[in-house]
Amino acid sequence: MSKFEFPKSIASRPVWGTLEVRPGEHHLIIAEAEGAQAVLDIATPGMMAVTHIIYIPRHTDHSARLRALNPAQFYEGPSYAAALQRIRRVLEDAHMGLQVYLTGTEGMMGQAMNEAMAVGIPHTAIQTEHRGAIGRRMQCVHCKGITEDVEVDPFVCAHCGLNLFVRDHYSRRLAAYQGVRVDAEDHGNVPEPRGIYE
Amino acid sequence: MSGAEKIQVKVTEITPLNDLVTRFRFERVDGGQLPTFSGGAHTVVEMHDGPVTRLNPYSLMSDPFDQSSYTISVRRDDEGRGGSLFMHRQVNLGDEMTISYPVNLFSLDLRARKHLFLAGGIGITPFLAQIKQLDVLHGQWELHYACRNHALASYADDLTGRYPNETRLYYDDQNQAIDLKNLLSGQPLGTHVYVCGPKGMIDWVRNTAATEGWPADCIHYEEFLAPKPGKPFEVRLAQSDKVVHVGENESLLEAIEREGVDAPYLCRGGACGQCETVVLDHAGNFVHRDHWLTDEEKAAGKKIMPCVSRFEGKTLVLDR
Amino acid sequence: MTIQFNDESFRDDYTFHNSDWAIKRFPFPFHEDSYMYSVNMEQHRGGPKGSVYEMRFDVDEHYVSEMKDRALVLDEDPLRCQSLPHMTLAGWDLLELIMVSKSEDYPDLFELHRNGNQWRWINKPMGIDHSFTFMDETTLPYGPMEYITRQAQGDFAVLDQRDEMLWMDAGMVTTQADWSLDFDIGMNFFEWHAPVPKAHEMGIFQRALKFLLNIQQGAPARRLNWTMTVNPLLDTSPENYHEWGIQKTTLTPENLSQKQHLRVELQTFFRLPRSNALVFPIRCYLCNFQDLMTVPKWGRRLHRVIRDLPEELATYKGFIDNRPMMLDYLSQFDDGLPTSPGIWPDLETEPPLSK
Repeated sequence: MSKFEFPKSIASRPVWGTLEVRPGEHHLIIAEAEGAQAVLDIATPGMMAVTHIIYIPRHTDHSARLRALNPAQFYEGPSYAAALQRIRRVLEDAHMGLQVYLTGTEGMMGQAMNEAMAVGIPHTAIQTEHRGAIGRRMQCVHCKGITEDVEVDPFVCAHCGLNLFVRDHYSRRLAAYQGVRVDAEDHGNVPEPRGIYE
Repeated sequence: MSGAEKIQVKVTEITPLNDLVTRFRFERVDGGQLPTFSGGAHTVVEMHDGPVTRLNPYSLMSDPFDQSSYTISVRRDDEGRGGSLFMHRQVNLGDEMTISYPVNLFSLDLRARKHLFLAGGIGITPFLAQIKQLDVLHGQWELHYACRNHALASYADDLTGRYPNETRLYYDDQNQAIDLKNLLSGQPLGTHVYVCGPKGMIDWVRNTAATEGWPADCIHYEEFLAPKPGKPFEVRLAQSDKVVHVGENESLLEAIEREGVDAPYLCRGGACGQCETVVLDHAGNFVHRDHWLTDEEKAAGKKIMPCVSRFEGKTLVLDR
Repeated sequence: MTIQFNDESFRDDYTFHNSDWAIKRFPFPFHEDSYMYSVNMEQHRGGPKGSVYEMRFDVDEHYVSEMKDRALVLDEDPLRCQSLPHMTLAGWDLLELIMVSKSEDYPDLFELHRNGNQWRWINKPMGIDHSFTFMDETTLPYGPMEYITRQAQGDFAVLDQRDEMLWMDAGMVTTQADWSLDFDIGMNFFEWHAPVPKAHEMGIFQRALKFLLNIQQGAPARRLNWTMTVNPLLDTSPENYHEWGIQKTTLTPENLSQKQHLRVELQTFFRLPRSNALVFPIRCYLCNFQDLMTVPKWGRRLHRVIRDLPEELATYKGFIDNRPMMLDYLSQFDDGLPTSPGIWPDLETEPPLSK
């Protein structure tokens, strides 16, 4: 599957990269769905001997191919939420020099980046590569609720029900883009939703 | 006016520590309190050596929250241009001097879960203040301090006495060296490393840490360069329309200031970037010595840091 | 002088008002008849007597009511005040800076008595007399930043400095021009300014950052910024935009002179000594058009600035829809005469309106 090119935007919008193997005595890879392909693209036997892969398949099945890489540790979890405690445990035990690789949707990468930052890895040192779905994790600035996998603009907040427009302003700490009431100055005047990147 | 705010102080204590290093204590002339500061800060000391004025940066080593006095330690450099010799030979108890407000280009990253300090020789001084700051904040730290020998290891006995579990000493004359690779790879996530010492030590730590996969944002270093003497040369200052002769024992920045041309600065040691000056024309070779310009910028010959860098050649025209 | 504090509100019935004294010292933000972004920094070392520049932290007739409004905002939404864990030392720095400055600049209103780390703070306008131990959080009812900024007008962004960058890692933000601390906390200087149009392309933020990184202890700086607000609403937050946004549509030619306010931010910048952080107090001043028009120079100038402002900026500042109505009103106060340079009212020297 080809990679989606996100349009150029404002300075707070994250720019996802392309994974590359970096020097380090240990590697932690968190791959979600199509992100598995990004791992297959860079994996070397030397790296895999000191790598822990955490794989969240969602609707894909790259499990066999990832296992065939012979990583030092392999875990498959049904969802990011299910994998979270394990991710925290691994990070809590790790030492300086650990390399972290995140690949999958923006929502997963943002949340996992937060976990790595919480134990002291600077965000600039965490590698990312976007693969798969392009839905956004959105925070309603009014009620603070998070709506996952938003694909259209405007959208309805899953918590308070307001119609929100999708901003490119992004908070690393919340791992979410900002949603703001679209009809605040003209109640009830809500434009027809369109795909975010249409 | 360039540089940080100034404070009038008097010298209230001069303590020789060993063959090379002497400690100076400063208190305010007006008896008031000095500003607090953050560990790693320096002060710029003005020295009036006959017709020559020198402004040298020294790390503040006293307790950052103690407002009654500041202390600095000066290592005598017999080969230098004379700033440290002036401090050692001509400064007396009770002398009044002008120093700058504290400026910090080497501050602690207060997010760190652990601070790993690596000191070489007189590079110990900023860490003395940082350790006192971390005492108050209950921060976790560890110091590895390398010196030529025990006699020259300033403050080593104080440190091992007070912090026996946090301090490790290494003496060259006993062939002791920091086992850097293992030291770095054993650190918990969230550790920041700080190195202050000679250039070779800084490069060694930075390179080893990079090889070990440390993020660049977790590596902090400070090396103040004293300006080195060099061949005299002439410089034309285009804005002020002046031709200035730079003597053997003065820096380009000092020569510019001597002619009454105001040039910005903070550290005077090639680190802060404030004195960056545009080169309008040149015929000859630059002697770039700063840490500020990138290698590409140094090769391009369009900028110079006049606090530590010099020039050898026929023509140099600066945008000052 | 002793300040007479107003009893007024910044919501619901909006009883906020400026006295003649407050109007004359209003920090009018336009030094010429047009406006464009610039890195308009200057040293913050006093200013004309009685002006908002005179003291390090200006205290005026709105002080007590503004602090009541802040307490209401925080009761509704405690996320408006946040401090990441490594910023506590900067909070103590800020507490010290404000207590020392206010007790020296306004000795009739504030007193600070220090005996080592045993401090006693007296805030007469707010009726506070509190003894506590400096650097010991357990002796304060809130964290040090929250404690002192519940007693100081304006918003406060506390910025950590690392890796040649500023990071918004703490703040008290209840009188903001439509930005969210809860969303922006943890961002770097370029990220939290990301939504501002045009200025990035102009290199404004690169130059501003370079300036701010080099602000030193004992040498604070300042600048003015501005926007427009309908009704004297201090808390124009994104959080509540779904409620206050509609107020912009209540403007009519009849009520505009009363309801439309010029909103000015006096932004100052101080290096904090113990933490090496930077504090960025953002003090908000409001003045309605009717009061502004009592100064002939400001009447002439405001009309010209609003008329000629690029569409993109009028949109960003949120008054593009109301601009025609504003110009209809303001044009009555522009007789075409030249204006004197600078922001001051120059009441003695500028001619009265001649039309």
